[in-house]
Amino acid sequence: MIVGKQKSIAEIREIVLPYKKLLVLGCGTCVKTCFAGGEDEVATLSSALRLSFKKDGRSIYIEELTVERQCEDEFIREAAVAISKNTAVLSLACGAGVQAIARRFANVPVLPGVNTTFIGVLEKQGLFTEECLGCGDCQLAVFGGVCPVSRCAKKLQNGPCGGSRNGKCEINPDTDCAWQQIITRLTALGQLDNLRKYNPPKDWRTSHAGGPRKLVREDHVI
Amino acid sequence: MKPESPSNLQRVLSDGKFAVTAECGPPRGADLEIIRRKGELLRGHADAVNVTDNQTAIVRMSSIAACVHLSAMGLEPVMQMVTRDRNRIALQSDILGAYSLGIRNILCLSGDHQTFGSQPDAMNVFDIDSVNLVHMVKVMKTDGKDMSGFDLVSSPRMFIGAAANPFADPFEYRVIRLAKKIDAGADFIQTQCVYNLDRFKEWMRLAREEGLTEKVHILAGITPLKSEGMAKYMAKKVAGMDVPDSVIKRMGGVPKGKAAEKGLDICLETIAALREIKGVHGIHIMAIEWEEIVGRIVETAGLSPRPVTA
Repeated sequence: MIVGKQKSIAEIREIVLPYKKLLVLGCGTCVKTCFAGGEDEVATLSSALRLSFKKDGRSIYIEELTVERQCEDEFIREAAVAISKNTAVLSLACGAGVQAIARRFANVPVLPGVNTTFIGVLEKQGLFTEECLGCGDCQLAVFGGVCPVSRCAKKLQNGPCGGSRNGKCEINPDTDCAWQQIITRLTALGQLDNLRKYNPPKDWRTSHAGGPRKLVREDHVI
Repeated sequence: MKPESPSNLQRVLSDGKFAVTAECGPPRGADLEIIRRKGELLRGHADAVNVTDNQTAIVRMSSIAACVHLSAMGLEPVMQMVTRDRNRIALQSDILGAYSLGIRNILCLSGDHQTFGSQPDAMNVFDIDSVNLVHMVKVMKTDGKDMSGFDLVSSPRMFIGAAANPFADPFEYRVIRLAKKIDAGADFIQTQCVYNLDRFKEWMRLAREEGLTEKVHILAGITPLKSEGMAKYMAKKVAGMDVPDSVIKRMGGVPKGKAAEKGLDICLETIAALREIKGVHGIHIMAIEWEEIVGRIVETAGLSPRPVTA
């Protein structure tokens, strides 16, 4: 899923300050799961903003709404009426959701309330970990299901650097060394020979390096 | 330098002599005199001088420029090059430029992560890794092609180095990684500083078993310790370093004023032990901001004068 973190109240206040009527728009899928922008967060944030502005003697009208996904027209349409009644939208979706709403409502300022952080996993309650950079050329078969592109700080393709120590990465003792995990996995799978093979420089054209990407599914084009 | 002439370091090693290289960190500024002063301190004591490439991710005078200044003084540089700051296009371009400026040795590294440096807010590159870089320089050298397969007008014939850290984990993989670097095209290897001789010997034994010492020249890293504090700092704070407690204890066992002498003793003992290990073809002295000690180390270790190759 896409993992995000809600911006601080102070930053959100600054962003919404010029607007009198605000729609706080939640997204009920990824950011809900990571407690950044679902229905509960919309309610809590709206109350906090109202209180904060009231304390300063300012008035702001805030409407609350959460749709299933802000990245699909089917659900965006459900927000159309509420958007038209307000002077700005504070979207608690990921960056994709914010832009999808903005593109469809040309005359309404759409503001981000969440910092989109990564594609990740709910590893355990309260812990989300980054797992994928969306490089567009998945090589997890070679690396035993552990990704060196997203999980090695240097994106190394040919083994661990000299900073791998006791299974941890040199940049942070709380970060696991992806290459230690790759080696452990491949050893368990009896595929350690994979690592003797030279991995040539990665072709980054399929990644963001090739510019903004599009996926066209001709079979689904109407 | 003639276009095809091999580097002095290459000649020393192929003549079967025990090589000595030393490290020279460029200044955090544009001052040529600092490079000249360090160069003078190292003159006559090393077969080649490694010039670091923004080590510990701190901005310094570029490795290429500092290499050229050393060359102009008659010293032979080893240009360190990291993949942290440049993509493959810039790396290839700089290698061509460096060769045209007379630089004949390169050490291919991935580089310290920028979070360790003074500008942790920087974006890194890591378009390719250090093994890819070794391979790239090798293909430029032997096939005369750049990474696109384009035939270069004149190919850079670098003597290619790579790094190895026998003290990092997972230990079993360290020799496989060494083999990969050799297969990719490494002519020589410079290792992380050796304080844990037992582990280094074990790594060398495994390298010999794999036949790797027949294919590459291994230069063992040496860093003289100045104080107990430095030993502790290296043990705890420097990534990839293995300083055993016994070494820290020895450094702490003498009065502060004598610590540097003790560090020198340990350093000389280590060099003597390294010279006995089959497959170790030289040492690489990294006297961090202590270049003035290098001459004494080399002379006391009986490695002076350095061979003259022509």
